[in-house]
Amino acid sequence: MNSLRKLGTKLSQVAALPFLSFLLAFFISGILIAVSDSRVLKLAGHPWQMIKMAGTVIGNAYLALFQGSIFDINLTHGHSFFQGFYPLSETIVTATPLILTGLSVALAFQSGLFNIGAQGQFVFGAIGASYIGFHYSLPPVLHLLISLAGGALLASIWGGFVGLLKAKTGAHEVIVTIMMNYIAGYFILWILKTKAFLRPGRIDPMAPEVGTNARLPHLAGADLRIHAGIFVALLAALFVWWLLTRTTMGFKFRSVGANASAAKTAGISIAYVTTATMALCGALAGLGGAVHVLGSEYAMTADIAGSFGFDAITVALLGRAKPVGTVFAALLFGALRTGGRTMQSNTETPLDIVLVIQALIVLFIAAPALVRYVFRIKNLKTSASITSKGWNG
Amino acid sequence: MSFELRGITKTFGSLVANDSIDLKVEAGEILAILGENGAGKSTLMNIAYGLLQADSGTILVDGKEISINEPSDALAAGIGMVHQHFMLIPVFTVAENIILGHERTGRAGTLKLEDARAAIKKVSEEFGFDVDPDAIVEELPVGVQQRVEIIKALIYNAKVLILDEPTAVLTPQETDDLLRIMKDLKAKGTAIIFITHKLREVKIAADRISIIRRGKVVGSAQPSASQEELASLMVGREVTLAPDKTAHTIGDVILSVKDIVIKDHTGRDIVSDISFDVCAGEVLAIAGVQGNGQTEVARALINLEDHIVGSMKLDGVEINGFSVHKSLDEGIAFIPESRELDGLISSFSIAENLVLDVHTQAPYAKGISLSPSQIRAEAEKRIIEFDIRTQSVSDPVSSLSGGNKQKVVLARELSRPVKLLIASQPTRGLDVGSIEFVHERILAERDAGRAVLLFSTELDEVMALADRIAVMYRGKILAIVNSDVTRDQLGLLMAGVVSAGAKSA
Amino acid sequence: MSTSKILKSATRKRQERILIVITLLSLASLAKFGFASNTHLKTTFGFVLGREWVWVHEWSVTSAHGSFIFSILALLGCGLGYWMLRSGKKLGLSSALVSFGLLMSFVCWAAADKFIPFTGLLQGALLLAIPLIFGSMSGLLCERSGVINIAIEGQLLAGAFVSGVVASLTHQAGLGLLVAPLAGALISLLLAIFAIKFSVDQVILGFVLNVFVIGLTDFLYKKLLIPYQATWNTGPTFSNIQIPILGKLPIIGPVLFDQTIIVYLMYAFVAIITFALFKTKWGLRTRAVGEHPTAADSVGIDVNKLRFRNVLLAGVVAGVGGAYFTVGSVGSFGKEMTAGAGFIALAALIFGKWSPMGALAAALLFGFADKLQQTLSIIGVAIPSEFMLMVPYIATIIAVSGLVGRVRAPAADGVAYSRGGSH
Repeated sequence: MNSLRKLGTKLSQVAALPFLSFLLAFFISGILIAVSDSRVLKLAGHPWQMIKMAGTVIGNAYLALFQGSIFDINLTHGHSFFQGFYPLSETIVTATPLILTGLSVALAFQSGLFNIGAQGQFVFGAIGASYIGFHYSLPPVLHLLISLAGGALLASIWGGFVGLLKAKTGAHEVIVTIMMNYIAGYFILWILKTKAFLRPGRIDPMAPEVGTNARLPHLAGADLRIHAGIFVALLAALFVWWLLTRTTMGFKFRSVGANASAAKTAGISIAYVTTATMALCGALAGLGGAVHVLGSEYAMTADIAGSFGFDAITVALLGRAKPVGTVFAALLFGALRTGGRTMQSNTETPLDIVLVIQALIVLFIAAPALVRYVFRIKNLKTSASITSKGWNG
Repeated sequence: MSFELRGITKTFGSLVANDSIDLKVEAGEILAILGENGAGKSTLMNIAYGLLQADSGTILVDGKEISINEPSDALAAGIGMVHQHFMLIPVFTVAENIILGHERTGRAGTLKLEDARAAIKKVSEEFGFDVDPDAIVEELPVGVQQRVEIIKALIYNAKVLILDEPTAVLTPQETDDLLRIMKDLKAKGTAIIFITHKLREVKIAADRISIIRRGKVVGSAQPSASQEELASLMVGREVTLAPDKTAHTIGDVILSVKDIVIKDHTGRDIVSDISFDVCAGEVLAIAGVQGNGQTEVARALINLEDHIVGSMKLDGVEINGFSVHKSLDEGIAFIPESRELDGLISSFSIAENLVLDVHTQAPYAKGISLSPSQIRAEAEKRIIEFDIRTQSVSDPVSSLSGGNKQKVVLARELSRPVKLLIASQPTRGLDVGSIEFVHERILAERDAGRAVLLFSTELDEVMALADRIAVMYRGKILAIVNSDVTRDQLGLLMAGVVSAGAKSA
Repeated sequence: MSTSKILKSATRKRQERILIVITLLSLASLAKFGFASNTHLKTTFGFVLGREWVWVHEWSVTSAHGSFIFSILALLGCGLGYWMLRSGKKLGLSSALVSFGLLMSFVCWAAADKFIPFTGLLQGALLLAIPLIFGSMSGLLCERSGVINIAIEGQLLAGAFVSGVVASLTHQAGLGLLVAPLAGALISLLLAIFAIKFSVDQVILGFVLNVFVIGLTDFLYKKLLIPYQATWNTGPTFSNIQIPILGKLPIIGPVLFDQTIIVYLMYAFVAIITFALFKTKWGLRTRAVGEHPTAADSVGIDVNKLRFRNVLLAGVVAGVGGAYFTVGSVGSFGKEMTAGAGFIALAALIFGKWSPMGALAAALLFGFADKLQQTLSIIGVAIPSEFMLMVPYIATIIAVSGLVGRVRAPAADGVAYSRGGSH
């Protein structure tokens, strides 16, 4: 009982800063939603009515956000109660690749690297999985596993190159990964126009659908899109946690991340850690791309990566670069994304407000002093902050 | 001009760095402030210079109270400071460094460097400095960089000059030059505050001595006092300046280094053609002023440096070209020069730090998986054996004091079966109690038949521990001498003078 | 041997290496484009855009001959390089000559049987480089004073959005240009507050600010600019101002001196920043706080205040660059219309080794690569445009890998400054 209380205290301490940042971000975004709304603006001469209208507008928007991401009672009419969870299924579908790319960025942070390249790695994971998925015809299970592995492997080479380059020449991974994201973006544009990827008789840049044996199975019937990819993502999170805390390799990663110079003096090879980390990061983000193609998209387009690789950075930052934190952060941002679509169609509040909310949350978490000041809280617990060490680090 | 600090108190969290300190220095006087590392000297001077603000206390110039909130206030009040770590922009020229903060500009805001050049020439001539105003600072020797700092203070009419540990980076020769310059300045009416922990220099240069211990002024002394008296005032108890060293038997050659050359990334020789042997049961000290290649030699011996040419044999095994990991495994314990940067990972727990270089070995790991319980259990033993004062082995190592941090490094390195101990500046920045502990452990290793290679810039330490002494100067070993060499002979060697009196051993 | 001599010899070695590489490239170009290309087809270059004095209308050359001539020119450039290296000079002129020769040789080969509007190509290259130049100057102002600026993209986008909207609402392109710097500075203000006051990691911060601005502008674009397009998003643009005489010169005139006010502002900004950074008190102090803030503090310079001001200034510069996207070219704002220009600007800054002239040259090079790609794909040359578009990014990776010389950021770049930071 006592230990349970301790756990509770600890949890509330850890969660306090994210929660308050969350509140603040929603508050500010709410103001933005209200002041850009024509119904609110029309009441400019009547302050009280204006505030009431603003409340309604914001309330509707956030209600739609919730309905669109978790549960919508309206969807149960004429269907099973279960159908009301359609939004939750969508949230998990969106969160699945996000968990994987988020883990990729988080793992890099633990080794003292800033992986902005999850986007490019995702692209190569998608290309690999898509090609194996549509080009070959293999037995069930095997086809899926090989497609997943192929995507992860291709992306791990793409990511590992960055690590190798840093190890050999000192090229800063932030700069290199930013550049490689663009290269990957143009590469997928090009490859979709090649014979190998064009569907027979078509000229639009879209790869053929992957074979049924290569697809991740649905988990809750054909009506809901939720697929087995979420297990892949959760297993990956478990793997990253185990790697970091229970293996000698993870010990090396964390040592280099915390103090590369001391790690080197103790006989840990920085070149090895850098290359291995980036290759693993590539594999994780690539797995994200593979899962996205094999689980929900089936046919790869140039826009396959969406913003999964970029959102991954905010996810990892919100999750404090810890595996469990990353999973929760990805679910949260997945919910915002999914709910944002409903909010956009139901309340004419553009989806893009979600980006603003995301940015604000991360910004406030990175500046605990500000949150402390806003809420007048003195002893707000903050864990060690994540840093990128600048260009000379 | 007189300069006075009254009742200065400064705390950092629970640490009282300065506790109601009173000091006064008159024009034409050199006041030495003597204190151990961590006694609070630098904090006090940063307060005097406006880089830190005191919690309470006042600063007086010519008896009048002034407030110093910024370095610019100190400069305006005629207070100049030569910092332990130079405040020079490495990529700027001397003239640019001098005018920084006091720029004169011409039309369209363009910088006027001519005045600065002329002023530098004038001061240089007055004090016999040889400084080129257009030289890039990072290309100048350390001694000359320090003169640039002094010129900086003098050009802006500093009447009070604070010198913070100015001799730490100088050769004995350069130190003598500096002491001469200080006397010249004093003769011209400058008040000088000379901060140091080196007893010999205090006795040569100071008019009066104030001793600081644990943030308090604990007394004053005349330069005529003996070194032992000064030392016991500084530490607060009787100190034996030399640890007990028993006679010993020398064994076989353990480390044999032959014609080592180390180049930096531009292809320049940092270390050229160095050869020496270290035997079981002896301490070979490598003495020399900071920056003469000792750091690189120490690092090279565990292959932390790239581009090493030559032969390094450990107990007959050629280790040049090994990975760092393999070099350590071959039987080397390594105490790096900077515990904060290279020795410890401050955010890691004490237990984790104790296994940094052995975390892949039994019992700490099985295959690829770690055994946290074993790591903790072993750590519990170490903290008792090495008297590491901590609440728990799970505390981050950053919570420890400097002495205890060094004990963690020692505990890690000396708990492996090794043939050779390499200790690089093992007592830098430690208090006297910890220094004694480290010295005892080093001698214990020697008495247990290990070969010990000690790198030290402190003459006292070298003289106290070494059986033989090699002196490095500009990347070369000038001579290897027996421990009965005199201080003066060592000092000359460290300045690059090979005198007839020094006999090779 | 003194340190300076050693450093010089290291630079020399690197330059020798570069020279060997470019000589090999020139020879390869001679072999591939000069000897192995189609000898019958002609490549035609057009030089006239319309408002300048006509000197030569166009120049036709057999593809292989053209490639041959320009490859030889590149080789001459290499020869000049060897001579310059031996007499201890830097390779600037030589490498410019070699790049020009190689590029033209490539164009002659690639555009066989095609028409290349040469002057238009250069003009377009400059225009594409404009936001990159403004962006890299913004990065320069921040990073030289020790604050990493990854938020260039956000600053440009904010400038583009605000200038477009204000110009549209007021029907005044000038007002749009006037408020754009404020928008850039506002993003800078956030950067400065969080980086300097709250010591937030600057790379992370810049990244998050970009997300913030993208989200905000996308949101407002959908909420206001699309539904009320007529009032909110139909801004006027600046017309070109032809400078007397200079603007009439063949080739140079239309490219450099028949442009909008924003281009002329760019010239002014680059000139002023270059001069100020190296010749004035402000520049000396800026470089000092970027290299060794503690030292600057110890001589009475308020490090964080100077950094704060410079970061704001950087926002102003980037804001003007943002205005180029709307009032400087198309008038109306488009969703995420900066399309990564901020990141290419960052690449240009790094490729240009954190120097104004280097960044300018890199931005022009990247602009040229982009325009060449567009031109070739318009005239139907069979080179996948995607690979041409990768050029700036690949070039930057090569640059930071140290293959063409070590890139060194200001020593204190990205490190928040506080006194007694060790306590």
